[in-house]
Amino acid sequence: MSDAAALPSLKSDQLFINLGPQHPSTHGVLRLGLTLEGELIVKAVPDIGYLHRGTEKLAEVRGYHHCVVLTDRWDYVSAMPNNLVFCLAAEKLMGVKAPARADALRVMTCELNRCASHLLFFGTYGIDVGAFTPFLYAFREREMILDLFEMLCGARLTYNYIRLGGVGMDVSADWLTRAKEFLEYFKPRLDEYDTLLTYNPIFMARTRGVGLVSAAEAVNWGLSGPNLRGSGVNYDVRKHDPYSGYESYDFEVPLGQEGSCWDRYVCRVREMRQSIRIIEQALARLPEGPILAPGVAKVPKPAAGEVYAHVEGSRGDLGIYLVSDGGISPYRMHVRAPSFVNLAMLEEKLAGMKVADVIAVLGSIDIVLGEVDR
Amino acid sequence: MSDAPQAPTPAAPIPAAAPAAKPAPAPKAPLPEPKLNAASGRLLTDRFATWPQPIFDSKWSRQGYRNGALMLAGILLGGGLLGALIGELAPWGDALYALVASRAAAAGFAPPAADLAWTLIKVLIVLHVILLNGLWAIWWERKISAHIQSRVGPTYAGGFHGWLQTAIDGIKLLLKEDVTPAAADAPVHALAPAIVVIPCVIAFAPVLFGRELAAASLDVGTLYIFAFAGISVIGVVMAGWASGNKYSLLGGLRAAAQIVSYELPRGFSVVPVLMFAGSLDLAVIARAQEGYWWGVVPRWFAFYPVVGQIAFLIFLIASIAETNRVPFDIPEAESELVSGFHTEYSGMKWSIFFLTEYGYVLLGSFLLATFFLGGGASPLPWTPFTLVPSWLWMLGKAMLMMFVFLWVRWTLPRMRVDQLMDFTWKFLLPWSFANIAIAGLYLAFRLR
Repeated sequence: MSDAAALPSLKSDQLFINLGPQHPSTHGVLRLGLTLEGELIVKAVPDIGYLHRGTEKLAEVRGYHHCVVLTDRWDYVSAMPNNLVFCLAAEKLMGVKAPARADALRVMTCELNRCASHLLFFGTYGIDVGAFTPFLYAFREREMILDLFEMLCGARLTYNYIRLGGVGMDVSADWLTRAKEFLEYFKPRLDEYDTLLTYNPIFMARTRGVGLVSAAEAVNWGLSGPNLRGSGVNYDVRKHDPYSGYESYDFEVPLGQEGSCWDRYVCRVREMRQSIRIIEQALARLPEGPILAPGVAKVPKPAAGEVYAHVEGSRGDLGIYLVSDGGISPYRMHVRAPSFVNLAMLEEKLAGMKVADVIAVLGSIDIVLGEVDR
Repeated sequence: MSDAPQAPTPAAPIPAAAPAAKPAPAPKAPLPEPKLNAASGRLLTDRFATWPQPIFDSKWSRQGYRNGALMLAGILLGGGLLGALIGELAPWGDALYALVASRAAAAGFAPPAADLAWTLIKVLIVLHVILLNGLWAIWWERKISAHIQSRVGPTYAGGFHGWLQTAIDGIKLLLKEDVTPAAADAPVHALAPAIVVIPCVIAFAPVLFGRELAAASLDVGTLYIFAFAGISVIGVVMAGWASGNKYSLLGGLRAAAQIVSYELPRGFSVVPVLMFAGSLDLAVIARAQEGYWWGVVPRWFAFYPVVGQIAFLIFLIASIAETNRVPFDIPEAESELVSGFHTEYSGMKWSIFFLTEYGYVLLGSFLLATFFLGGGASPLPWTPFTLVPSWLWMLGKAMLMMFVFLWVRWTLPRMRVDQLMDFTWKFLLPWSFANIAIAGLYLAFRLR
């Protein structure tokens, strides 16, 4: 009290800064209104909606085949699981089952895409904590995955590869060779990443014990994917509600321990190894046969009803709720976007942290604003 | 035109000695068949040709690596030979001074005029060392960062490995619009880069570029350098404050805290060196490291057991922190503060900040070489090495240290503000004190 009286003219005030939507490390167009007390966050208010394109509404005036194109745009970093979840839901409505070869191709492309997505996370997270080099290492490998996708379906980002009742294009023998070549190339890289970033003392000091999310909190917030597993909760849709034949693949679900940024990061890096295992198994067993199920009309009109389908997307439990009134387009489509749900805890978690930790926590949640805003 | 047939001109024979008669061009190799996407039928670029090779094959089996090694060996050998031909630079300087003095005397000026002219010449030379260092260091950093990150860096500008790239970038920066934000405090905003760069240039005065080769020979050279290098932080704070940008303000505040904190371990880590050398004069410090133990191991301070290595590491770390580079780049933390204190600077003002950063990197490199790596002394006492003049050894050691700066920058993540402070106050500073005590023990028992 006496200090304040002694310094009547010294005015101390909180500082409000806008982090985003144009900021190098908000991973898109997220805006965070931060109230700072020096370097400490007093209050953080996330503001979303800058990338809202209304794809859920658009689906109501598109045919089912056309909706697949919309799904590419949610999580543009990993579009294959988006395609897949819509196709699974629509197939459920139509009572169609994809053939075995298509299932294997779906698994393969989804896992490749998971690797591509986690590589993007790995690279950008490095930048978030100040290490620029891992980014270019990760993109070198990501480029190769995108090359594979381009060879497969002609697109590098928005694939529209998985179609109702199967997949759009069959793989060539050349593609399979390239995929195997890539996996052989990729495996030692993961060890390289560990030495470069994962066990770097500065990186661990920046991320371990930061942004702690307990298992109970994670469940209560409805987190999913590596964010949930980083807190030690063993939940993976591929294991607990298998689809596309995931039950027949041998893989593990990496879990974190304390739910810090580092645990979430490590879960993703470890998941890439498991994805490689899955792809290798899929490549080894790839059955012959058709890639599209018969019986999918050019203008499908599924019987009235409602379904929910979900997959383990790169960012978590990606679900889709589809209602049909028997017409040529869905009556209602709702997406359970994991990024959106995961982002919700940010406001509560950021208060009391330092500015540098905001970036570390935000990066570790690994959001894609296209999916948050849809 | 086309329907008027041109008459053949037999009357004008081609001169026999026409040099224009070019040989027929060699037939071009047929283009490869275009690759089509198996699925879409569209043209597919041959991306797979660019897929990286597995790293486990021998790199030396590749032409590029062999050429690179040959080139490096050529540069080192050629540089050494050229240096041996030129010899020490100090006598050249004396000759130049004699020339200036004789000209001044011939023109009827008083001797102080010659000294003044000679000082101006030295100032110009040192200034150009810093400017040329900017050109060189940025190009080198680009190349090193590129090769660390499996890229190739600049390749086009100038032909040879893009050597002209920085010069062209400099021209671009000169031509760019110089923006002063509306919210900025314009005079302070304009003054800040000058406050940052001038101490950097002044600090170079006593820096040793070779044996007895410095612009000014100062008894208190070490103290002088640290004193002036510390002033730049005022400019950084001014830049942060005057930009009228909250990110810049945060960056400026961080810079003030960081640079002031790291001055301490940086200064104290040199104290053992000063104790061994018994002087603050850089030339004396370098001279104290001449000679070899057992005729082989150079008596550099970096090779003094324990005490030398601790001092070297602390000084290196603190120097990196002083230059605001990764892992201590929190004042300009790109992912947090956009660009920190120089967010609102553009064009040449911005590049002055950059120039200063590289100036301080060079300063740190030369100081490391002087304090710990024996200055201009040859690392080995044998003939081909001792023929190389001291300024070339000095340059080589400084460049080696500069490489360490760049290497660290492109490998490590950034520390957090509080970790940074913990690191200097709770780790570096106590150890630098302990190191002074160890050095005292060495001196007390005459172990040097």
